[in-house]
Amino acid sequence: MSAVHEAEPVGGPIVTRGFRAVSLVLAIGVVFMIYRFMAGLGASTGLSDGYPWGIWIAFDVVTGTALACGGYAVAILVYILNKGQYHPLVRPAILTSALGYSLAGLAITIDVGRGWLLYRVPLYANHWNLNSALLEVALCVMSYIAVLWIELSPAFMEHFKKGPDGFLKSASNTLYPIVQNLLPWFIALGLLLPTMHQSSLGTVMLLTGAKLHPLWSTPLLPLLFLISCVGMGYAIVVFESTLASALLKRPKETEMLAGLGGVVGPVLYGYTAIRLVDLAVRGQLGAIFTSGKYSAFFLVEMALFLAPAVLLRDAKKRRDPGHLFRMAMVMILAGGLYRIDSYIVAFRPGDQYSYFPTVPEFMITFGLLALEIMLYVVIIKTFPILGGSGSKAPSAVAER
Amino acid sequence: MSIDRRSLIKCGAAGAGVAIAASTLPALAARPRKEAPADAVGMLYDTTLCIGCKTCVVACREANGKPPDTSNSPGRLYDMPLDLNGTTKNVIKLYKDPDGAERSYMKAQCMHCIDPACVGACMLGALQKRELGIVTYKQEFCSGCRYCQMACPFNIPKFEWSSRAPLMDKCEMCVHRVVKGQQPGCTEVCPRKAIVFGKRADLLAEAKRRIAGSPKKYKGYRKGDAPRVYGETEGGGTQVLYVSHVPFEKLGLPDLGDKPVPEVAQTVQHGIYQGFVAPVALYAVLGAVIMRNKKAEGQKGKAS
Ligand code: SF4
Ligand code: SF4
Ligand code: SF4
Repeated sequence: MSAVHEAEPVGGPIVTRGFRAVSLVLAIGVVFMIYRFMAGLGASTGLSDGYPWGIWIAFDVVTGTALACGGYAVAILVYILNKGQYHPLVRPAILTSALGYSLAGLAITIDVGRGWLLYRVPLYANHWNLNSALLEVALCVMSYIAVLWIELSPAFMEHFKKGPDGFLKSASNTLYPIVQNLLPWFIALGLLLPTMHQSSLGTVMLLTGAKLHPLWSTPLLPLLFLISCVGMGYAIVVFESTLASALLKRPKETEMLAGLGGVVGPVLYGYTAIRLVDLAVRGQLGAIFTSGKYSAFFLVEMALFLAPAVLLRDAKKRRDPGHLFRMAMVMILAGGLYRIDSYIVAFRPGDQYSYFPTVPEFMITFGLLALEIMLYVVIIKTFPILGGSGSKAPSAVAER
Repeated sequence: MSIDRRSLIKCGAAGAGVAIAASTLPALAARPRKEAPADAVGMLYDTTLCIGCKTCVVACREANGKPPDTSNSPGRLYDMPLDLNGTTKNVIKLYKDPDGAERSYMKAQCMHCIDPACVGACMLGALQKRELGIVTYKQEFCSGCRYCQMACPFNIPKFEWSSRAPLMDKCEMCVHRVVKGQQPGCTEVCPRKAIVFGKRADLLAEAKRRIAGSPKKYKGYRKGDAPRVYGETEGGGTQVLYVSHVPFEKLGLPDLGDKPVPEVAQTVQHGIYQGFVAPVALYAVLGAVIMRNKKAEGQKGKAS
């Protein structure tokens, strides 16, 4: 499978002016992280006994991991639907997934009260509460982080194999063929685990019962979370590779991305159709218009899901990279808003409570994003992740 | 190039299949309802008897070694919790109709649900129904994830927000006293017997006897509803029961119906993960497809 890749490190200096700016954001985030651990969650966040989960869960973890589903979405396409021409998208997508999930994991340890006890969750198997959707999410996410880095490890080993003699080189030489042989099984795991936990992220909110507004609370939550994460995964692949070609002056992958755009449309239609049919079955269609602010959020969500589906129907327009990029942004907003709504906006613990994120919450979130961008830049510049420069990406398409 | 029609149809069909399966799940495999354990204990609170003296609030602190909460009191002179919180397992609230004379006290503490949402939430079972059906907390299994707070329909578990190593806090029906044959702190001191402790079955019978004795005095969930015991079936039933002279709705008790809160979530969860068959099967299929695609690719490579 690696033979198809021919990915190359981007090279060039790592510490550019942009990199310094982003590292400043990280530094600010770190200061607030220290503050969060010294002062406690009450002083540093807007959370309360009514709104125990805020943006660190709803955005960093629930939305963040869905955005990190690029690896999942591309892997479905390449390995299951056998669209080999998308192969150059696999490594960058897996890299963002690995980073996105790892940082979501970090966000969880910042969010929970006693993060240093989280190691007990995988280890205390005899205490596992198999009724808990959150347990399933936690175990799956932990395993998936490991699987993603293993899936990516050939890229690192290819680099070290060419490097100076030493431990890394010999270890890479020994491990490389072993990992290559086992890779299909890890890829399969890498498809199974997100299917399980992205849907379970929906199940998690089912347990809040009537506290979640009926426009969102449905037994189909797991299915809706799963479908929308696939859409977001594709969108982020478009987003990233457009940015990569613009900022790093790399060849455009428009042909491939346009193809992807054609797949996403039906997925988005499917999502909205299931949502509306479900409301009809539960007799809640009226609630779409009679629920005040909840109606507004619901309708905005629907518009955000439908707009790209409609606007991507024209195959010619799909080949316009700018159009595609804008549609990807809308899809990301749609999936993101659906998650924030399901976890915060539509959650109704009672009128006496309210929640709005505080400065430390925002700054830590930005800091984690900055860390993700920095790691991404360092890794693509050092290791063979992106499809080789020149005409390699288009020729991969021509091969078929 | 674009995705060919056939694979799209395949995807669509699979999606529709999953959708149908998921929507019929609750009907197919609704999990059995839980009953209170035979030795279940409970408490009965009667609003018609409570005079709002808050003796039970003080007794609760003493019984559980909790300091008074003076943070909201001018000059920090009084124990003045605004609600249940990380150091307060029991409060007496006042309901007063803004446009009328109707008023009532309301005691808030854990309801000790028969099928508790908090227990369904907790990853390592820090919260569990243990002896006598009492929902208790073991801190060594709690990471402070606060999912129990998301899940509890009564907003009962409270978090120590100002601590660097925060724990959850909630009423555990003074289990440390009950196992020694004593009463909970609150029921022991109540001068009006507005809150009493006993076996759940006995308390339920007593509550119904009171309602039957003065059917005019007691109320139901909403204005005009027939009088009833809150907790007999609400949310699958609770071990703490309420009878009231104002509608329960006004006391801030949620309208839960008789369905246990975890029922839908767990039916879906177990429907998908029944015996772990679906994930294993899916893994096998995914592995097989990837292998086949890989082989096909290899052969094509050789042929060309
Ligand atoms: S009232 Fe809340 S905390 Fe108490 S047992 Fe029920 S779900 Fe758990
Ligand atoms: S906060 Fe603690 S008790 Fe509550 S669900 Fe999480 S681990 Fe369980
Ligand atoms: S049973 Fe104990 S912990 Fe619960 S409210 Fe009464 S005194 Fe407090």
